[in-house]
Amino acid sequence: MLDKITDSVYKYEMAEIEGLVKTALDSGITAKDILIDGLMKGMEAVGESFKEGDYFVPEVLMSAKTMAAGLEIIKPMLLDTSGAGFSRGKAVIGTVQGDLHDIGKKLVGMFMEGAGYEVIDIGIDVPADKFIEEAKTRDADFLCMSAMLTTTMKQMKVVIDKMKEAGIYGRCKPVVGGAPLTHKFAEEIGAHYSFDAASAVDLLNGLLAN
Amino acid sequence: MSFGQLPEKNIHEIHENALNLLESTGVLFNDPEAVEILTSHGASADGSIIRFPRNMVEEAAKKVPSEFDLYGADGNALRIGGNETHFAAGSCGIRIRGKEGAIKQSVGVDLRDIVRLTDGLDNIALASSSVVPHEIPEAIGDSYRVAQLLQNTRKPFVTGAFSAQGLFDIYELLEAACGGKDALARKPRAVLDVCSLSPLKWTDVSCRNLIDGARLNLPLELISAPLIGATAPMTLYGCVLMHTVEILSGIVLIQCVNPGNRVVYGGAPMYFDMRRSTTSLNSVETSLVGAAYAQMGRFYGLPTHIYACLSDAKSNDAQAGLESGISALMAAQSGFNIISGAGMLEFCNTFSLEKLVIDNEIIGMVKRLAKGVSCGEEEMAAGLIGEMGPGSDYLSTGHTFKWFRKEPYLPSDVIDRKNLELWQSEGCRTAEQKASDIVSKKLAQVNGKPQEIKDAAEAVWEKIRMREGS
Repeated sequence: MLDKITDSVYKYEMAEIEGLVKTALDSGITAKDILIDGLMKGMEAVGESFKEGDYFVPEVLMSAKTMAAGLEIIKPMLLDTSGAGFSRGKAVIGTVQGDLHDIGKKLVGMFMEGAGYEVIDIGIDVPADKFIEEAKTRDADFLCMSAMLTTTMKQMKVVIDKMKEAGIYGRCKPVVGGAPLTHKFAEEIGAHYSFDAASAVDLLNGLLAN
Repeated sequence: MSFGQLPEKNIHEIHENALNLLESTGVLFNDPEAVEILTSHGASADGSIIRFPRNMVEEAAKKVPSEFDLYGADGNALRIGGNETHFAAGSCGIRIRGKEGAIKQSVGVDLRDIVRLTDGLDNIALASSSVVPHEIPEAIGDSYRVAQLLQNTRKPFVTGAFSAQGLFDIYELLEAACGGKDALARKPRAVLDVCSLSPLKWTDVSCRNLIDGARLNLPLELISAPLIGATAPMTLYGCVLMHTVEILSGIVLIQCVNPGNRVVYGGAPMYFDMRRSTTSLNSVETSLVGAAYAQMGRFYGLPTHIYACLSDAKSNDAQAGLESGISALMAAQSGFNIISGAGMLEFCNTFSLEKLVIDNEIIGMVKRLAKGVSCGEEEMAAGLIGEMGPGSDYLSTGHTFKWFRKEPYLPSDVIDRKNLELWQSEGCRTAEQKASDIVSKKLAQVNGKPQEIKDAAEAVWEKIRMREGS
């Protein structure tokens, strides 16, 4: 049954997923097992195929949508006593101040969601203080910043300095990405870097494991 | 704008001058039977030099079918003519460039690998007897190459004979593989190249191939290879004229023997490099000569062919890519029906498996360019743009999902579109290195499961080998 769910996410069968998840629940499989061994496993396979070059971005997005449709059904059952849903980790994501680029950041967000992260997208042209505020109130594990311009990428350092001032740096990990960025730049400003959307998920998983 | 296209007036001028030269100067046919056939049909002979009355030439050209089909082993038809453009692996090289870059004499295994690789590359429609296997006795060289083709590809192919007997051997193999004389006539598997020798000559072997090929009703591809500045005038216009004269003279002989025989109006225009004394098949001038004679071929109503998508470079470097890309694009834009040359380096002497893989990408791109912009209502997407408005994301739309594999040409990994960091982390690999991976992968897939050559063809091949005691 779980294999069918995994397969359905992998093959982005939007029409099938709802029925499959419901049948799984009826047969006594827990919501958590459906999520981890069914839905997320499907997205992991999608990530692999994407890295191999067999899956393309629109297919990844369709699979993510399929997974989200499945997740919608089991969400109420995943709520713990504190009222929070199950997630692997929480990420606040936005494009830095002065930068209106949207699509790259959105893409990373969708990959993260597909991998089981809770993603809070706070939009574009986000001032440093807003990043800090959101990361604090949401108790985020990751603060993810995107920049597409060499002029705006400097803003990332401003945000990280403010994270340190606010005392959340470390507990909340800054993650950066965008076309003009390099590993070296990220290191210099004290951030973690991933060069594309698929490897951003690996990066987050790795950071959580440590 | 379209490069190299001549105005109608110049096409007529070339035609008129060609007829005049055929009538007054003539063309040499180094074979007594060719002389006899042509004179008995109205030409005049001065020794081996044949002069043609104008109407004899014009009537012959009218008898050639404007298009015909070649057939793969699976029975799929490949239309040769009209607006169809097909690419063929290059022929006929004498050397192979190995994975490590060493260039050696080609052998049978090289030919086998080339044919198998061609079979696995989607953008290359026709296989070819791409290299000469040096260890094989010349007497069975022609049939050996065809046996390799029959054994290792399902695609139709371009071949040819270097001897008079070779053509009969090839015929027997094709006949057996296709299931008999009638089946071969109805559904030919191959087109056979026959080359003139500029200026204005047909050798003894070529004459025999023209006559015997026509008698056996085989589709023939006439290759005139005028060498700009050496065996043809230095000026391109004159070179096109010489090409026209040679091809027309070949058409006349074929049509005298077998009216209606399928003929491709082909060529391999070359440029004599005055600095290096070499014969370039890739100077841009050869592309212009091609563009003009493609028009001549269409003027006479014949399918056309040229050598292009090859390179004078000795390695798979920038020169190889740019020459192959430019000439392939020019040839397609000129409207050629068959474009031979993929995989070929060093004029047309050294074959490279890696280059064949790279050229497969060039051809994919050229074909996509040729397809142009599809202008339907759904393609216009006016409703979608209106619905989405400013600042939205098209990646997750159903429209993108429907079209993302259909609309673009999707290159293989040879074409690098990775981001810098990933490319560096994988060792900064070049197109040739990545092509080499694909070569290994494709050959590993086919190894152990060669195409079934029909028992009948296998028996013919056995008989030919026995005859020559090898």
